[in-house]
Amino acid sequence: MMSEQRKKAKAYWKENVKYLSILLIIWFAVSYGAGILFKDLLDGIRLGGFKLGFWFAQQGSIYVFVILIFVYVRLMNKLDKKYGYDKN
Amino acid sequence: MSVQIWTYILVGITFALYIGIAIWSRANSTKEFYVAGGGVSPLANGMATAADWMSAASFISMAGIIAFDGYDGAVYLMGWTGGYVLLALLLAPYLRKFGKFTVPDFIGDRYYSKTARSVAVFCALLVSFTYVAGQMRGVGIVFSRFLEVDINTGVLIGMIIVLFYAVLGGMKGITYTQVAQYCVLIFAFMVPAIFISIQMTGNPIPQLGFGDTVADGSGIYLLDKLDGLSTELGFSSYTDGSKSKLDVFTITLALMVGTAGLPHVIVRFFTVKRVKDARKSAGYALLLIAILYTTAPAVAVFAKTNLIESVQNKEYKDLPKWFKNWEDTELLGWVDKNGDGRVQYTKGHAVVGNKNKPIFEVDQRGTYGERMIINMNNANENELFVDRDIMVLANPEIANLPNWVIALVAAGGLAAALSTAAGLLLVISSSVSHDLIKKIIKPTISEKGELIAARISAIAAVCVAGYFGINPPGFVAAVVALAFGLAAASFFPAIVLGIFYKRMNKEGAIAGMVIGIICMLLYMIKYKLGWFDEVLPPSDQWWFGISPEGFGAVAMVINFTVSLVVCKFTAAPPKDVQEIVENIRIPSGASEATH
Repeated sequence: MMSEQRKKAKAYWKENVKYLSILLIIWFAVSYGAGILFKDLLDGIRLGGFKLGFWFAQQGSIYVFVILIFVYVRLMNKLDKKYGYDKN
Repeated sequence: MSVQIWTYILVGITFALYIGIAIWSRANSTKEFYVAGGGVSPLANGMATAADWMSAASFISMAGIIAFDGYDGAVYLMGWTGGYVLLALLLAPYLRKFGKFTVPDFIGDRYYSKTARSVAVFCALLVSFTYVAGQMRGVGIVFSRFLEVDINTGVLIGMIIVLFYAVLGGMKGITYTQVAQYCVLIFAFMVPAIFISIQMTGNPIPQLGFGDTVADGSGIYLLDKLDGLSTELGFSSYTDGSKSKLDVFTITLALMVGTAGLPHVIVRFFTVKRVKDARKSAGYALLLIAILYTTAPAVAVFAKTNLIESVQNKEYKDLPKWFKNWEDTELLGWVDKNGDGRVQYTKGHAVVGNKNKPIFEVDQRGTYGERMIINMNNANENELFVDRDIMVLANPEIANLPNWVIALVAAGGLAAALSTAAGLLLVISSSVSHDLIKKIIKPTISEKGELIAARISAIAAVCVAGYFGINPPGFVAAVVALAFGLAAASFFPAIVLGIFYKRMNKEGAIAGMVIGIICMLLYMIKYKLGWFDEVLPPSDQWWFGISPEGFGAVAMVINFTVSLVVCKFTAAPPKDVQEIVENIRIPSGASEATH
């Protein structure tokens, strides 16, 4: 039998890994996806003076990276609270 | 006032500031020396991390590289920022929870073995030394160009400054000087960028400006204009680049994973109080880095367009003064191949041999008063040599900005180089005094003895770095770019598996690190340094067209594979190690960093 504490830790870790997977999929999609693999396709779309694929490679992906980390901070703070790991 | 007087004033003020901070925040214990006492606020740590991370290369060279590579320059932009996402999500919080001083500390404890720790110390030293030599050289170059002192004197001045605050203040002194250095460097980078953006597009925000229309009322988008100019001159279109997709992919990956594995960056997350702060400070760090990294591609476009427009097909005698100034520093050169007295800029290297850099005749001028170049290349029609570094350094002059802005760029370049050098020196000194002396050679050493050892190793490290700065072996420049590949091939898999795969054991991790780094070194020696062959093998012999810079990604995959396979066939780690893993996965109860 797993102790109550172990179960809690396991559930916390599972949710953590789920968040990480989602965030890393977005991380991959904006940089390797939009900025490299589908760059030529996206270049057909214009964003003012920018071709979209080029914009993702040199601007957009970086903005998304910053947002991703702050979203992660928020999600994890919430998760810590949910499991009572926020006190120390 | 002249540029030089402004430079003396600004550099003098910033140096006095750094030294003042070092005296105010000197370290009294090993804990303060290694991790600044562990109580740095997330924002301050974010600023320090950003300064630590942004080196002379980010400040001086990156925009220039992008200006000449166009779209391909994105590998550096995405690679060096995307790595922070990995760092923030996969490493920083857990390493903070683990609560020790250094990266080899984690590897040594998690893989319960002195061998693993020694391999990690070796990798940390290899990565840090290759990187720090380049920084000291950067300091020397900035000094020589702006203060007109000899490069070697510049390196020596830089060494003394770094020595002073790294040895006295340790991590604590470095952290607070880096906060100041961040402010200096970002201000120095943004001011000219904003000025030029307004000049060229009327838009004060460079990030938007380079996607805007040209300010001459023609309604043409700046990027379209540059694409047009580039193809007209025989280059590939600016927004398309010329590298293969696979190469762009692997280089980006190697840089991202390498960034996440750099010991001097990782160690910064040991300096905050709680796991929560470690996460947050990674966010601040990336936000602060992103300000420079999203501006750099704009600066690249402005500078490239400006350069082409001011020199292409212009008569040499009518060229602006900055052209002649930078010709004197030998970073610009012109050879009149067709004898028409005009500058023709097109594809190909203007000169041949000497790594495609011009060899200038001493004190001899050509027909139009230009510096004479000996090694002209007759194989193409390009008459212009431009060192990519001047794109940032000469940008304010090309755009006719006031003298204080030009001087500011010098102070910013120095801040960038010094902050990174200091961070690396600390990793080197703690690897020696803590990981090597305290943990492997003499565990009985007292706290006081360890602090003295740390300071002595910092002094030794500065001297070695300074030596390489003054006598750069030919391979330093080549190897600096590969420090990332080495970090990717060694640390990253071992740390990630150590956190996310409980069953991971020492046999797997050691085998992975050793084989990963050997593969990387061999590929690098063969295709970057060319030591195995008479001549450097050409790029069409690269495996699958992957450049040495991108090979770190392959070596990382090899490391992961070897680790997992070896782990499958060897015993699971002991119970107490598995408990360490379970413990670091939970954020609460993070004790302060301890031995």
